Amino acid sequence: MRRIRAAAAGAVTISLLTAATACGGGSSSGGSNASPKTLTYWASNQGASIEIDKKTLAPELAKFEKQTGIKVKLEVVPWSDLLNRILTATTSGQGPDVLNIGNTWSASLQATGALLPWDAKNFAKIGGKDRFVDSALGSTGAEGKDPAAVPLYSMAYALYYNKKMFAEAGIANPPATWAELIADGKKLSKGGHWGLGAEGSNASENIHHAFVFAKQHGADFFTSDGQADFTNDGVVAAVKQYVDLMAKDKIIAPGNAEYAQNQSVSDFAKGKNAMLLWQSAAANLKSQGMADDAYGIAPVPVQSGTPGTGTNVNSMVAGINLAVFRNTKNLDGATKFVKFLTSDAEQKILNGAYTSIPPVKTAQTDTAFNSPSNAVLKDTLAKSAAALPQVADESQFETAVGTAIKGLFADAAGGRAVTTASVKAALEKAQQQMPKK
Amino acid sequence: MTTTTAASAEPGERTVRKSSPGAARGPRRTGRIKRIGLPYLLLLPALVLELLVHLVPMVIGIVMSFKELTQFYIRDWGTAPWAGFDNYSVSVHFDEPVGKALLHSFFVTIAFTLLSVGLCWLIGTAAAVYMQDNFVGRGVLRALFLVPYALPVYAAVITWVFMFQHDNGLVNHVLHDQLHLTDKPSFWLIGDNSFYALLTVSVWKGWPFAFLIVMAGLQNIPGELYEAAALDGAGLWQQLRRITLPSLRPVNQVLVLVLFLWTFNDFNTPFVLFGRTAPDSADLISVHIYQASFVTWNFGTGSAMSVLLLLFLLVVTGAYLLLTSRGRKTADV
Repeated sequence: MRRIRAAAAGAVTISLLTAATACGGGSSSGGSNASPKTLTYWASNQGASIEIDKKTLAPELAKFEKQTGIKVKLEVVPWSDLLNRILTATTSGQGPDVLNIGNTWSASLQATGALLPWDAKNFAKIGGKDRFVDSALGSTGAEGKDPAAVPLYSMAYALYYNKKMFAEAGIANPPATWAELIADGKKLSKGGHWGLGAEGSNASENIHHAFVFAKQHGADFFTSDGQADFTNDGVVAAVKQYVDLMAKDKIIAPGNAEYAQNQSVSDFAKGKNAMLLWQSAAANLKSQGMADDAYGIAPVPVQSGTPGTGTNVNSMVAGINLAVFRNTKNLDGATKFVKFLTSDAEQKILNGAYTSIPPVKTAQTDTAFNSPSNAVLKDTLAKSAAALPQVADESQFETAVGTAIKGLFADAAGGRAVTTASVKAALEKAQQQMPKK
Repeated sequence: MTTTTAASAEPGERTVRKSSPGAARGPRRTGRIKRIGLPYLLLLPALVLELLVHLVPMVIGIVMSFKELTQFYIRDWGTAPWAGFDNYSVSVHFDEPVGKALLHSFFVTIAFTLLSVGLCWLIGTAAAVYMQDNFVGRGVLRALFLVPYALPVYAAVITWVFMFQHDNGLVNHVLHDQLHLTDKPSFWLIGDNSFYALLTVSVWKGWPFAFLIVMAGLQNIPGELYEAAALDGAGLWQQLRRITLPSLRPVNQVLVLVLFLWTFNDFNTPFVLFGRTAPDSADLISVHIYQASFVTWNFGTGSAMSVLLLLFLLVVTGAYLLLTSRGRKTADV
């Protein structure tokens, strides 16, 4: 009896202690070398499927193991789950050693303190900060702070157009301005086909386009001191112009309002839509059976003139960053792994496989990245792309404004009027949902 | 069954004596302590688990609701500054956006819950009553009825997502292409119709439970009552009103309460149907709180909303139990 009671008391104490420590969260400063022979890596889903990613990454991880003796346990995480998974790992302190993050989340995740800061000393271990392209470094954390991540794949938006459909409609060149795109889109939207595709229910996708339109209207979503400013005239006009492609211009199918799983890429690959605004879509289109020469790639249109800096920005700096979890039990191994993935050789292999652009300068100059399609993306990244606001509440901004635009697309699809007032009201609500400072 | 045996004193005592003959030889006091202490000892694992699974997180949640918990502190939430009642005041300021949205979500949830529980109960009861009669294929039909209840929620709801799609979904194909009931294909996963889509899935998923419980309740009504009623000339409708429904009353009281709590708190269905942010018309409170906590990273406000919801459900449940028990007492008299 006494033994049972002692065991019960022991069990209760242990359970309570476990609970108490678990609640404490990952408060340690982290970064040890307690398990030097293994690493866990959360890769984001880059290819057309998780299986394709596993196939692409497996030989590279084997190569790393051969070089260093460190075994990498890979998990490919779908985009829809990634932010939540990182957040949970941050709260519990039990995360992977190395992980991919969307570059737009850098400042938000930096604010949690869960990621290892890349100071000069850490950068020196992977060959120095100078190896990376400036525009890619612009999306690695808040200005004036050590980056929270290292660029891995760079991407930019471009206009993908179906050559055959364009020829049949008698259109010689891809549109360079929105007015031209709308005119072409109207010619192409007939017989069950549509001019352009969109992902109306995907908050991030909505934000990327709204950001570019805002830049083209000379507006920003945040003031210079980081306060949300979603209802200024430029932003309202920008969001309205984007949603009007469906609501007023009617060159996007209403059904696209509920797309969130890259269905618009499939529609384009199947020839249902003639144009697509997407980032580095080549690998995805190929895996869906669209031949490389069936489509052309042009810069995303601007209001007038040609793409450039300032109001002629035509893409966000898109891309994936590589971060080290501060609580890693294999700091040296994690750093070696980052060095490996950002080495010239691996950059060429991986960016080649995902048809993205290497953010490492020396790898970017490789002839493999000089194809006409890459030329457009590289040119955009170099001359006319801007990084999304690097503020701590960026991820909340993506959700709040992205969801507001989703609602406006739903209105457009359902036949409700999308007016300047309704756009402003939706953005006002989004702004009020942002965390108070 | 086991409970009945354990509760009756005599067999219980015999079991103790039989299983531990050594104890009978020891001092009398130990035997008494053992007799009194054993039930508590047996309850202990459940109590510990209850503490860990429910009470500790609940206390943590309440503490969080008084903190200014954002992404800056989630790594070590204990260091988050105290916010006093700020999170509560933001949540209940119904003329401000956060409070207004919460109130809207609350009303949507109430409407949704009442309709869903009502329909689940109605369909479940109708099916159970119908299945009382013996007919060929009754067993197969009964098993089929339980399929929605037995299916994993995610798999079932994701199938509904496919069916509700605007362009290629089965629902629009039937309603628009085949039956020509609508002018053009409708949107079910965005906009105002989302409420009906959510309600459909919820009822589809929930009524088999009502069916199961009511069917079990019906088994306990003696057949003689119906025979006597029939002899007295009572028709089917009168039998239902005078015998079936009153006899089912205790079963229904529990059933409605359980369905209400489950439906009110349902998170899986809207989350799988609509994702991280639901359309306004189907913005159930569970997803709304999830959004406040995990999408906009206002964990403090999310916790405050959860506590308010808990209080509301406690009041409703308490009032319901009080009313129904009073009703029963009156009925007993």
